[in-house]
Amino acid sequence: MITSLSWLKNHLETKANLNEVAERLTEIGLEVESIKSSDSNSDNFIICKIIKAEKHPNADKLKLCDVDIGSGTLIKVVCGAQNARDGLFAVYAPPGAVIPKTNMKLKIAKIRGIESHGMLCSGYELGESLDKEGIIELNKKEKNIGEKYFKSTGEKTMDIAITPNRPDCLGVRGIARDLASTGLGRLKKQPPIKINQKFKNPIKVSIKKEKGQGCAVFGSVYIKNVQNKESPDWLKKKIISLGLKPVSAIVDATNYVMFDLNRPLHAYDADKIDEEIIVRNSKKGEAFEALDNKKYTLENNMCAITDKSGVLGLGGIVGGTRSGTEFSSKNILLESAYFFPSEIRKTSKILNIDTDAKYRFERGIDPNSIKLGLELGMCMILDLCGGEASKFSIVGKIKDERKMIDLELQKFSEVIGFSIPIPEAKKILNSLGCSVNTSGKKLKILPPTWRPDIKEDIDLIEELARIKGYDKVPLIDPEKNNIKDTLNYRQKLFHFSQRSIASKGYTEAVTWSFTDSKTDILFSELKKEIKLSNPISSDLDVLRSSLYSNLIIGAKKNIHRNFEDLMMFEIGPVFKGSKPGEQSTMIGAIKTGKHSRKNWIEKERNFDVFDIKNDVLKTLNEIGLDISKIIVSNKTKKWYHPGRSGLISLGSINGPELAYFGEIHPSIVKKLELRTDNVLGFEIFLDNIPESRKKIRETKPKFVVSDYQKVARDFAFLIDEKYSSGEIISLVKKIDKELIKNVKIFDVYQGENIGPGKKSIAFNVTLEPKDKTLSEKDIDEVSKKIISAVQETTGATLRS
Amino acid sequence: MENFDQIELNILNKIKNIKDHNSYELAKTEIFGKRGIITELFKKIGSLDQNKRKDFASKLNSLKTKVIGILDKKLNDFDQSEITKKLKNEKIDVTLPGRTYFSGKIHPVSQVIDEVTSIFSEIGFSVEEGPDVENEYYNFSALNTPDNHPARDMHDTFYLDHSKDLLLRTHTSPVQIRTMLKSKPPFKIIAPGRTYRHDSDQTHSPMFHQLEGLHIDKNINMGHLKGCLYYFVKKFFEVEKVKIRFRPSHFPFTEPSAEVDIGYKIEDGKIKIGDGDKWLEILGCGMVHPNVLKNAKVNPKQYQGYAFGVGIDRLAMLKYGINDLRAFFESDIRWLEFYGFDPLDVPTNYRGLSR
Repeated sequence: MITSLSWLKNHLETKANLNEVAERLTEIGLEVESIKSSDSNSDNFIICKIIKAEKHPNADKLKLCDVDIGSGTLIKVVCGAQNARDGLFAVYAPPGAVIPKTNMKLKIAKIRGIESHGMLCSGYELGESLDKEGIIELNKKEKNIGEKYFKSTGEKTMDIAITPNRPDCLGVRGIARDLASTGLGRLKKQPPIKINQKFKNPIKVSIKKEKGQGCAVFGSVYIKNVQNKESPDWLKKKIISLGLKPVSAIVDATNYVMFDLNRPLHAYDADKIDEEIIVRNSKKGEAFEALDNKKYTLENNMCAITDKSGVLGLGGIVGGTRSGTEFSSKNILLESAYFFPSEIRKTSKILNIDTDAKYRFERGIDPNSIKLGLELGMCMILDLCGGEASKFSIVGKIKDERKMIDLELQKFSEVIGFSIPIPEAKKILNSLGCSVNTSGKKLKILPPTWRPDIKEDIDLIEELARIKGYDKVPLIDPEKNNIKDTLNYRQKLFHFSQRSIASKGYTEAVTWSFTDSKTDILFSELKKEIKLSNPISSDLDVLRSSLYSNLIIGAKKNIHRNFEDLMMFEIGPVFKGSKPGEQSTMIGAIKTGKHSRKNWIEKERNFDVFDIKNDVLKTLNEIGLDISKIIVSNKTKKWYHPGRSGLISLGSINGPELAYFGEIHPSIVKKLELRTDNVLGFEIFLDNIPESRKKIRETKPKFVVSDYQKVARDFAFLIDEKYSSGEIISLVKKIDKELIKNVKIFDVYQGENIGPGKKSIAFNVTLEPKDKTLSEKDIDEVSKKIISAVQETTGATLRS
Repeated sequence: MENFDQIELNILNKIKNIKDHNSYELAKTEIFGKRGIITELFKKIGSLDQNKRKDFASKLNSLKTKVIGILDKKLNDFDQSEITKKLKNEKIDVTLPGRTYFSGKIHPVSQVIDEVTSIFSEIGFSVEEGPDVENEYYNFSALNTPDNHPARDMHDTFYLDHSKDLLLRTHTSPVQIRTMLKSKPPFKIIAPGRTYRHDSDQTHSPMFHQLEGLHIDKNINMGHLKGCLYYFVKKFFEVEKVKIRFRPSHFPFTEPSAEVDIGYKIEDGKIKIGDGDKWLEILGCGMVHPNVLKNAKVNPKQYQGYAFGVGIDRLAMLKYGINDLRAFFESDIRWLEFYGFDPLDVPTNYRGLSR
């Protein structure tokens, strides 16, 4: 909402200056977002002439224009509008100008390789029309080139952010009332209006009684023999200061009243109305051309203002061109109506229309302002354009739904933390327009009709606190006692594992929860992807079902910037369905490229599966899982290299899945054009990690050390290649769990000198006796057991 | 009777000739070996007369001790000179880089979540979470934001179905409802998490992070809210004094509602929080609306309290001088390493929140 001090002073008697007013407004919840000297930015917009408009050499839909702005040299501007053409007069905005609609500050920018020095503006960008297509076409002459497009108003304006609960402050009077209630001035009385209204409104108005009727009251006045014209300067300035463009005295007057009183009005050219006005629900397929020059086709049950020939406009949203006023209009019908907020909102959402009237009606207009609006609008039009006004015709009724609210000031202090005396509370509430009666300690309050947001005592408490000032609220130091532990097990696990992974060299990324369906499907086992109905862009169209999708998209960007050796991870949600809770928490990590590259001391080598396998196992171990219960197997998922990946599960191969790790499938790496042949990754299912009932300190065995020498022996076997190292290790360990402390594979060989389908495997066994020193004989015995166990189970032969 | 002087001279001559480990071993054998000079002399002791034996033995022993001493020293000198020689040859260029070592980083959002959690943990808050996908009820209706309420326009929502029931939460406030429904008051929780709005520019990103706070008990008033947020802002920005302004605002789920601004100034091109004459909005808060309590099955006649919501990414930007919100989520390794934190930097109250 834009207003100025002088406009406020129409309603408020005050000596305060602009800064004092602005500060006070912010203090009471009407936040002044900016104070602008209306000249500074609007002066930027200049009338120009397009001398030459050619096709942009690098883009079919863009034009490269030579623009004369009266500076002596032509300016190069890239323009996307179809109507940019040789000889057109248009509005030019230089670099540094701020586009009113988007608040975007222009810069010199390269567009498809060609520098554009500023832009040519559309009416939409200047906040003058709803039409986004094409730039403004001006009817000007050579001598106008270089002139300012906006006429300066000279006065500073405030842009106030009005929260959705305060429709009354979408009018200057509402703002003035709030200021007055803080003691910053006195709200002026509206001057009484005395107009001689002799004849009856000749246009019959009816509101059809039907279900979902969006209009409650339709007030109108017929004004005959008007002479429409350009508005006088003072009105033009006001209209421009609102960021609107003056149209004609009649339209400007209706806009003025809307911004002054939060009372939208609409003026029809009465001679264009076919007999009568019928407010009724629309039928699907009915269409009309609106004042934004767009054609709208309606659905069923939208609130349509119609005549015998069809739809004239959408009630409370936008009027139609068929009955629009023009400079030539002789007789007009001025409408002041009440439309229900929810119906307005529904219709404008469906048709995607946003207008100042719609914005106000959907928030709630004072239903008692119908007559006042007609009076003020009528007066202004008679003043500006002459003519004669009919009697008011007001059709329909609206139920007063306000309820008497009981307020105990005790509750105010209980909620706000300080107390307020009854007289002061009464005074504030009265000044806001409430009628207040005292009954004992209770106040009985009827809120004003322009405050649909005040429904119960808490709303009044807010009003009192707001006007008194939040700075009066005491500061109570927080208490330091906890109701429960800060983090539960899952949350601790999250934070712990996050730092555990990072400590292994992985850099944490946080990526979108959505991703590109084309990538995600490669890492997904979902039957149906989880599509967003309205994605922000086509490559972020589904919820991710894997952390790999975005990590690999991110890795690709880095690799293409020549950062090819990467270690990245993310911890966060992946989605299994589109219902709340159908998500799980995972860690995903990737490594790409080389472990060492161009290194004087280390052999250059790629990252490999055993790098990441260790990272996973170490992390699981750090989390607190008993490493002896962790099983590694070659079970895998479709997005991994089938021979170079595995599963880590708990207890057994079929136990809870803790993690997958391995090389990403070469065909995926190729398909995604990663420009590397080496991508490894792991996924940890945090939700599958069981919560231990015991603390780690409780599950640790007793600390026992043996006083006897440990002994180590090496073994080498020739064995069928189908046996995994893991199987052999667990086989050997099982032979004597007490004595065999460790089995370490130190060599695996396949190839020449060994028969096909065979491998040589060598391991080192550590024996740690608890009760005696091992004799050669003891050692031999164990060795024999190991050899025979391996041979019998696997058919291996001992290598000497 | 042997001439010990002569023998000693003889032995010392042998020792003098020792040049390396080999000659050392040779000399040692000649002296102490099975047929060694000293060994032979010891063998003689048994055959000597009683009266000479003692004198002989004593001289021999002192000779032995002396020789051993000399030999040990010789050996020690040898080792020493060998080490010296070795050291002369063993020179490396220590300015060469060491072996590959990887160190990862924690994302600023995660770090700030940890910082904030540490602060609120100190004053009795525990952490709650909720799903990223919500339904219309929890995200809006239960929070006193009925359908067709204009306040919904402030939340450009991502939907998952055409009936617009399933959506990505636009704020962390649904966690308030879920928390209250599953338990009984009092409640004193924070809820950090991902939030989503259909918006993208330098300061808006389709995904961002919020921290929700909720404190409901029998006598919690706006003064407690103010105290809590003062405490938080001071701790988070690690400043002694901080200028804070509570400004009335509107959120459907709180009444009264406020926005909180903090004072700042620009010094040497950098933002300095806490002081100065400019204001920066950092969070929204208020007393929980009685309708919200009712929807969450909490009796508003017995219980009341406050709620607040703060943008985590925005906090990170302010504290650590990060300009572009979108860069947070672009996985540019240069950005992540530049703004990331060492995993050992766990924010705690006692060691200090940040370094």
